[in-house]
Amino acid sequence: MSFVYEKLMGGKSGLTGFIILATLILVIFPTFLDLFRLNLVGKYLTYAFAAVSLVLLWGYGGTLSLGQGIFFGLGGYGMAMFLKLEASSPENTAIQSTPGIPDFMDWNQITSLPWFWEPFNSFTFTILAILILPAAFAYLVGAAMFKRRVGGVYFAIITQVIAVILTVLIVGQQGFTGGINGITDLRTLHGWDITSNNAKYIFYFVNCFLLLGVIVLSRFILTSKFGRLLLAMRDKEDRVRFSGYDVSNFKIFIFCIAALISAIGGAMFTLQVGFMSPSFVGIVPSIEMVIFCAIGGRMSLIGAVYGTLLINFGKTTFSESFPELWLFLMGGLFISVVMFFPNGLAGIWDDYGHYLTDRLKQLKDKFTTVVLNREPKQLAEDAG
Amino acid sequence: MSSETDFTLSIENLTVSFDGFKAVDDLNLYIDKNELHVVIGPNGAGKTTVLDLICGKTKSTSGSIKFLNKELTKMSEHEIVRAGVGRKFQTPSIYENLSVFENLEISYPKGRGVVGSLFFKRTDTVLNKVYEIAKEIMLFDALETEAGLLSHGQKQWLEIGMLLIQDPQLLMLDEPVAGMSVKEREQTAELLNRISEGRSVLVIEHDMDFVARIAHKVTVLHQGKILAAGNMQKVQNDPKVIEVYLGH
Repeated sequence: MSFVYEKLMGGKSGLTGFIILATLILVIFPTFLDLFRLNLVGKYLTYAFAAVSLVLLWGYGGTLSLGQGIFFGLGGYGMAMFLKLEASSPENTAIQSTPGIPDFMDWNQITSLPWFWEPFNSFTFTILAILILPAAFAYLVGAAMFKRRVGGVYFAIITQVIAVILTVLIVGQQGFTGGINGITDLRTLHGWDITSNNAKYIFYFVNCFLLLGVIVLSRFILTSKFGRLLLAMRDKEDRVRFSGYDVSNFKIFIFCIAALISAIGGAMFTLQVGFMSPSFVGIVPSIEMVIFCAIGGRMSLIGAVYGTLLINFGKTTFSESFPELWLFLMGGLFISVVMFFPNGLAGIWDDYGHYLTDRLKQLKDKFTTVVLNREPKQLAEDAG
Repeated sequence: MSSETDFTLSIENLTVSFDGFKAVDDLNLYIDKNELHVVIGPNGAGKTTVLDLICGKTKSTSGSIKFLNKELTKMSEHEIVRAGVGRKFQTPSIYENLSVFENLEISYPKGRGVVGSLFFKRTDTVLNKVYEIAKEIMLFDALETEAGLLSHGQKQWLEIGMLLIQDPQLLMLDEPVAGMSVKEREQTAELLNRISEGRSVLVIEHDMDFVARIAHKVTVLHQGKILAAGNMQKVQNDPKVIEVYLGH
């Protein structure tokens, strides 16, 4: 029991924060938002996976990745490929010149399903691919860089370049990937209509539980000795190395975990939004994910979720009225957070939150003394 | 090449050259068991480079470094540490954001792999070892203090403690008393005399009074070569040493 409490929940304050977040996304949102808005929140919460992964990688690990969109995209595309194949049954695509392959392939004069699409007919394979392929790719990239002690700003640039390469590849290979439009028109999962209201509710809750699960997993990592080593490496990498640790292995591992978490978010995105496109892979989404994390607080798993929600609510609200101004506003917000509140919303809460909680406590004490304690006295006086 | 020896550390014909400049030039150095060996010399003599070579931070151009008859020049940094060589850096190198306890715990030689560190448990053995070392380095009362808040001297001790907890057979200290007060120097000298029992210690130092207090054997480096070696008295009276280093 104490293991669960201390290691998975992070003690009393961690548990309180976790329960508040869980209540918000599992009870309050579904109760007060209509399905359209709830689906929108569900979409935001898929970005929160990437933001949480950046807390591990950047906040604690000190390694900034400007390419989490890569893994978000790989997860999303994996799921989209499965759904697209199911939507492209020979009956559904009878009007194509080659029935039974996705419509965009037919438009690009491709006449048979490419080999790497074949295994995505299997749902089991798809789930495994979503969980393994992005992490395996992260392993290759991470091993190539961290073993050579490439880090810091070089790592950020290289991950960004990979995000660009992947986008260019997806857009350029239209026949295999659906190009700039992405993979669209996804309908069913094992014959179950994913656009139905029922499905939207279910995906929303699955998404929430996965996100909460990821937070618990991340807590476990951060409260272990591994978590303290991440902080130590960020502070004095050489000291860790000369204390007998193979520093690169630790960095590769956390990069793979971050990739895995982002990929789960990507797959849930495809399920809830109903398509996947290169605009969720490249530089802009990758940097947005960093902004979500920074504004929420890069040292706080739960803060990153709030940061994601807040910025996306802002984006939806502002970009409807002032689409040009939004990017400047977001950029300005990012710069001011980094300059004045390096630990983001979570940092502000840690520094100033006690004013609020103290005030609430005072009010509560007042209430108990005035209302509850005085009454018997009053009664006694009245009686006397 | 050299055969099996009784020395803890035997450095033979060690050379490292940076773009043609030989920072360490055909060096031979032997350190015995239970020996506290001090290396002195003017700036740029190659003292820190020798430590870098031993701990694997710098790769040698040629020559051999044998630690308990194991060749170190081919091993990576963490393997050298695991073989039993600990090294303290010149500026205190500790984890400022972690507490003294956590600094020592991280240095405890268990759970050094990725999986091991995830499932590492704070057992009584670990706790007792941390307490024991904390007492040794005079920081027992500061266990919960954030390391960044320690005084300069205490940071130096903490880093020494982080090495001691790994129980290395060879302990290398780069200017351990630089920036310390007179009292802290005395305490450090006592500490070094205590911990040199049962292991070999290699110290780089400039403070001659301090060297005189701790050294069993002194080697003077100059331009990557050994200028003189022996006990303190012999070295201090060596005319070449007086010429290039000590002054008249």
